[in-house]
Amino acid sequence: MKMTSMERTVAALNHEEPDRVPLFLLLTMHGAKELGIPLKTYYSDARYVIEGQKRLHRKYGGDCLYSFLYAAIEPESWGADVIFIDDGPPNCGPPIIKCPEDIDTVEPPDIADSVALQRILSITEGLVKYSNGEVPVIGVVLSPFSAPVMQMGFEAYLDTIFEDPTLFWKLMEKNKKFCITWAKAQKEKGADAITYFDPLSSVTCIPPDISRETGFKIARDVIKEIDGPVAVHLASGLGLPIAEDIISTGAAAVGVSTFEDLAEYKKICKGRLTLIGNLNGIEMVHWDANKVEAEVKEAIFKAGEGGGFILSDNHGEIPWQVPDDVLLSIKHSTEKWGRYPLRMEIL
Amino acid sequence: MATDGKPDGGFESPYALVQSLESSLISLDSIAVKSILRQCCNKLSPYDCVENLILPALEDIGKRWESGELSLSQVYISGKISEREIKELFGDDGQVERNGPHMAITVLEDHHTLGKKMVLSILRAGGFNVIDYGHGVTAEELIYMVARDKIEIMLISTLMLPAALRIKNAVEGIKKVSPNTKVLVGGAPFRFDKELWKKVGADGYARSASETLQLVKGIVEGASP
Repeated sequence: MKMTSMERTVAALNHEEPDRVPLFLLLTMHGAKELGIPLKTYYSDARYVIEGQKRLHRKYGGDCLYSFLYAAIEPESWGADVIFIDDGPPNCGPPIIKCPEDIDTVEPPDIADSVALQRILSITEGLVKYSNGEVPVIGVVLSPFSAPVMQMGFEAYLDTIFEDPTLFWKLMEKNKKFCITWAKAQKEKGADAITYFDPLSSVTCIPPDISRETGFKIARDVIKEIDGPVAVHLASGLGLPIAEDIISTGAAAVGVSTFEDLAEYKKICKGRLTLIGNLNGIEMVHWDANKVEAEVKEAIFKAGEGGGFILSDNHGEIPWQVPDDVLLSIKHSTEKWGRYPLRMEIL
Repeated sequence: MATDGKPDGGFESPYALVQSLESSLISLDSIAVKSILRQCCNKLSPYDCVENLILPALEDIGKRWESGELSLSQVYISGKISEREIKELFGDDGQVERNGPHMAITVLEDHHTLGKKMVLSILRAGGFNVIDYGHGVTAEELIYMVARDKIEIMLISTLMLPAALRIKNAVEGIKKVSPNTKVLVGGAPFRFDKELWKKVGADGYARSASETLQLVKGIVEGASP
């Protein structure tokens, strides 16, 4: 029996086999193409984004709606400038914390006063209305541990982590407070799940012994406050060696890097953590239909058996440059190879 | 300095020293790093100290990051500690001067500077003078600066895909005004798409700061690219 996207996703998260593998096409920019407007204009008005997400959903039939716009929107709400470009997500401007001492005085924004965050909440409301309970609406927060990369700049932040634990923890307390409030605000508007972007806790960025004392402690504190499923997303960072730590945060799912083996990940996480991934979004720009099919099939066969798997890209944001026909091929290949029971004998 | 693993002038074997330095660097133990370097480098020329001890340690750390064994923060802090210790040991600007090429580095149309900082650290530790063109530089600005400064090796770092794709315009312009300039690229998009550096017309691509050093040394020694 054909399931709705919501039923399909819930079954996958419960480690049961739905009718087919859910497909999360995490498109934050292609809506502007659908509407024929510049990216900066698209981001500026909730109505554009709601309409863009609706059109993308009808066109590609993905199993989620995504209220996320761009990573710099949180620092923007704290007072940072945002530098827009025509063909990709905007960059964050100069850090709002210009020297470590600024940590003493920087204060989280009031969500009610932030135009940018209110826009996200309006998008959430609009998508929830469109979904009518049939398609999960995914909200996003930046982890308190990763947000300072934009708040302070990467080098200054690493120096603070390793050289000034007092200031580091002071900033973490402020960020935690903001992150929990921001996640709850999205949930109150009807977001079904929250993606907790935390690339800094990945093995790529921080040694596991340090992230266990910092990033994962913080993640546990935040995630327990969020009512509903949370996906920890390492945004292409490596997570396999710290899979148990990710599970310990209480997360329901994890975003897997394209550099990691889904089968190996599945072996460790089976029945405990749903895997989301791990198509290579950068390489995807020049894939043809055959390559798409091979990649989709491989991912599904490695991680799909028994549920607990959602097919997606490995970064949580598909680049603007990925052509429509690649996205359509992903959709068709998922429908062809993702039906349960999986046709593993064809391998 | 001996390189055959035998004791040299009362020191531990060079291999053991490099291992010991590397281990202190990745555990971010700057006191141990200082002690090892003072013990050895007081008896060696700055060139020997850097070439046979510090760079091999940093290069291995870079390789271990590429393989997923170490983290970016360990690479960054190792480079930073090494740079600081070299300055303390050898004075001036801390550089072991080579007769290197005119070389510059930038983050093109992008504002993520960690990669540039790590490459600068290891190249400066390796004795190369590198002009820092900063970040958020456009292709047009870069072409002008390369011609103005007669740059022989231009290093371009990016984090975001749109910026990486824009390198193509920069390379085309650079080759027009300075055909012999070598353009080397690095950054996340090139790690995810291994053919991308060729598509943007670069002469070479490095997966890490230490690999950049190897590429630069190769060019200086007359090897490809």
